[in-house]
Amino acid sequence: MQFNRKHLLGLEELSSDEIRMILDTAVPFKEISERQIKKVPVLRGKTIVNLFFEPSTRTRISFEFAEKRLSADTVNVNVSTSSVSKGETLVDMARNLEAMKIDMVVIRHAASGAPAFLAQRIDSNVINAGDGWHEHPTQGLLDMLTIRDHFGKLDGLKVAIVGDVIHSRVARSNIWGLQKMGAQVGVCGPPTLVPASLKELGVKIYSRIEDVLSEVDVVNVLRIQLERMHSNMFPSLGEYNRLYGISTARLEAAGRDVLILHPGPMNRGVEIDSDVADGEHQVILEQVTNGVAVRMAVLFLLAGGKQAGAAEATEMRGE
Amino acid sequence: MKRLLIRGGRLVDPANTVDEKLDVLLSGGKVAGVGKAIDAAEVDEVLDATGKVVVPGLIDMHVHLREPGREDEETVESGCRAAAAGGFTAVAAMPNTEPVTDDQATVGYIIREAIRAGYSRVYPIGAITREIKGENLAEMGSMLDAGAVAFTDDGHCLASAEVLRKAMTYSLIFDVPIIQHCEDPELVGDGVMNSGITATRLGLAGNPCEAEEVIVYRDCALARLTGARFHVAHISAARSVDIVRNFKAEGVRVTAEATPHHFILTDEAVGDFDTNAKMAPPLRGAADVVAVRKGLADGTIDCIASDHAPHHYDEKEAAFANAPNGIVGLETSFALVYTELVLGGVLDFSTLVRRMSTAPARLLKLPGGSLAVGDQGDVTVLDLDINWTIDKHKFYSKCRNTPFHGRQVTGRAVATVVGGRVVWRRDGD
Amino acid sequence: MSLQNGKNEKQVLDARMVERSLRRIAHQIVERNQGADGLLLVGIQTRGVNLAQRLVAMIADIEKTAVPTGKLDITLYRDDLRHNPVQPTVRSTDLPADITGRKVVLVDDVFYTGRTIRAALDALVDFGRPASIMLAVLIDRGHQELPIRADFTGSSITTRKDEDVIVRVREIDGADGVWIETPG
Repeated sequence: MQFNRKHLLGLEELSSDEIRMILDTAVPFKEISERQIKKVPVLRGKTIVNLFFEPSTRTRISFEFAEKRLSADTVNVNVSTSSVSKGETLVDMARNLEAMKIDMVVIRHAASGAPAFLAQRIDSNVINAGDGWHEHPTQGLLDMLTIRDHFGKLDGLKVAIVGDVIHSRVARSNIWGLQKMGAQVGVCGPPTLVPASLKELGVKIYSRIEDVLSEVDVVNVLRIQLERMHSNMFPSLGEYNRLYGISTARLEAAGRDVLILHPGPMNRGVEIDSDVADGEHQVILEQVTNGVAVRMAVLFLLAGGKQAGAAEATEMRGE
Repeated sequence: MKRLLIRGGRLVDPANTVDEKLDVLLSGGKVAGVGKAIDAAEVDEVLDATGKVVVPGLIDMHVHLREPGREDEETVESGCRAAAAGGFTAVAAMPNTEPVTDDQATVGYIIREAIRAGYSRVYPIGAITREIKGENLAEMGSMLDAGAVAFTDDGHCLASAEVLRKAMTYSLIFDVPIIQHCEDPELVGDGVMNSGITATRLGLAGNPCEAEEVIVYRDCALARLTGARFHVAHISAARSVDIVRNFKAEGVRVTAEATPHHFILTDEAVGDFDTNAKMAPPLRGAADVVAVRKGLADGTIDCIASDHAPHHYDEKEAAFANAPNGIVGLETSFALVYTELVLGGVLDFSTLVRRMSTAPARLLKLPGGSLAVGDQGDVTVLDLDINWTIDKHKFYSKCRNTPFHGRQVTGRAVATVVGGRVVWRRDGD
Repeated sequence: MSLQNGKNEKQVLDARMVERSLRRIAHQIVERNQGADGLLLVGIQTRGVNLAQRLVAMIADIEKTAVPTGKLDITLYRDDLRHNPVQPTVRSTDLPADITGRKVVLVDDVFYTGRTIRAALDALVDFGRPASIMLAVLIDRGHQELPIRADFTGSSITTRKDEDVIVRVREIDGADGVWIETPG
């Protein structure tokens, strides 16, 4: 099995073998973060730009740790929307960076498709760190790794994504990735936040959170953003919690072991109650740890392999 | 007086129920004779149309020429040259210019520029409301005097039913069509493509068919209420076609146009964020494509227009949500219509000529659309046997934004005659 | 001689010879280190890991004491990542908590250019500061490119650079043995 892609733009385009390869590669990378010296030289001399057009703390820090633990040189560029509206286009900015001889771009952008747009126009490897509502592939991968760690498999599991599905790149990457790995995916949330057309992708649409908890093995709880309330997607955070919040009472009523994931940052008391967020069902901090390992695996796989050049291929063969 | 003889072609002129091999003689800008084997001895110029089809000049009633204001995208001259190359002897120019075409001076300016360019005729369409703001009526009478032929706030839907009702009522003085870009801005919201699985898949905000349907229904009802002439621009949704069909059956004075992209492409053309498949209204689903074709066949949809909307290449070089709407169409329209609808068995050729010449001429009360003796000498000569590949790099338009680049098509204009003068001729390439 | 995949394979060591070579290396390790105290055998992924486990068992036989063992993956320390058309597989590294002060014996199947061992030395240093590092290999095939040599060698064989040395172990391949593969 070879990983010959130049970019990681989304999980929709990956095969199950490619996803499995990334997850399998992430496993040994976890150990590196446990060492006293948390660094291996594999990306020494590579320059990586973290190009963030949207504020992000978690994803950027996670990528930065992953890059530094592989010995890459990293530059963080945080572009406020104001400097974009000054007139410099996305492609101009990327070409400028590339003129400074970089190897990879990790991009977060508010517009769906921005990483794909960039990948068609520059020579560096492009990694999507979240684009609009489209995809957040490394989040999908770390969610899958966390689930696989717990169940030893993904095939045959039932996973539900709960909350603001329509605006969620995490939801889309989870749907593609989990389905390719043989899991059954469902979604649940206010109908204003769940696109009915997901049925066409074979996604089950649950109307009641109780049905979700009595059926599935894993619930991935999405963050509810306050501005959705202001645009009348639902009347209040309180009512959201009443209808869709994950509470201990609901979990106990279901009477089953359900693994709880959350991509963070959490709104305690809205989509997830504090006793669940801190309780025995959740693996939220494991997700964070796995995030670094998965991103290391992605960086490693994109940096090596076929597209890097074929000279001196055999010098270590036979050892 | 210069005399031009178009000889040896098959004349297709549905206005006069003609479809046979006939010569056409033009003199003094008018049709001076139609007949078999007209004597060439006394003419100044002979255009050999042997093996070709001769039709009344094609008219595109929905074109954005961008001048004044965005001469980097298109000028009246470059747009008219593209029109002539596409076989159009006349185009109607939309008023969303900078400044907006909402007064006599701007209408006059566009007409003068078109005369100076000397390719196709241009009939400006004026704004319904000043600066297309949807609030105060623009001076329709003055603009008509200067040469405007209809009114629209195109690009923006005139959302206020009350303002539109007054505009329609006022238009009764002149009996000209009020043209509406039918999309309810609130239902469109942030939508950048058709609602559906492709939008869901790509994480793009959807714009539902219903955003069009509610305005089509509302404005047809207002046309019934006021008795005004109402025209639906670039109809895209299946149920919008049904609504128009029902109101027509009721006798309401409603007409409609469709663009080639709305009856050829679906929202799947957006593929992976292709900004050349971004338009308003957006590309719809397969059932909508079928319904628009059916509407064109049964006459519910009167005209085919390109909605030629040039955008500078770096404007389309953007993330999908940030790219502007629209594509160029003047130089691809005829071939797409002929290939898809005539060769595809949807329309017979004479119905194509109706939809692309006779009907828009009547709708806008233009001279043209007919080649009887005494009619205006606007003629298009078409080669229906030529197979070619659309190449955006060969466009005369200043812009290249088309999703049809590389597409194999059949049929092409080989000569465009305006007022008895050959303004454009394809030299075999 | 047998022909596989268009290449000639010639066996140079059979299972008994492999067993004898390993037993001799085990004795040499104990002798050189005056017993088994403080020893740590680290196998280099993949077949070095199996050989290290065998050596530990043999040392346990000789000295009646359990020597700890670990495994080391050197993929992330290789100097040919960007030149290699084949994506290397990253395998697990698993060393006892602290290697500082230990007498580490690296175990690998074949000693060739020395670059793998160079990478292994870099990797080990990231885990601590061993008292000493020694190298045990089953086969030394020559062509060393770096100033590195093996401390314990099972067999030295002469090879051409276009030949491959194939070590098979029963844990992975079903049977022990060493072959030389010559382009057909």
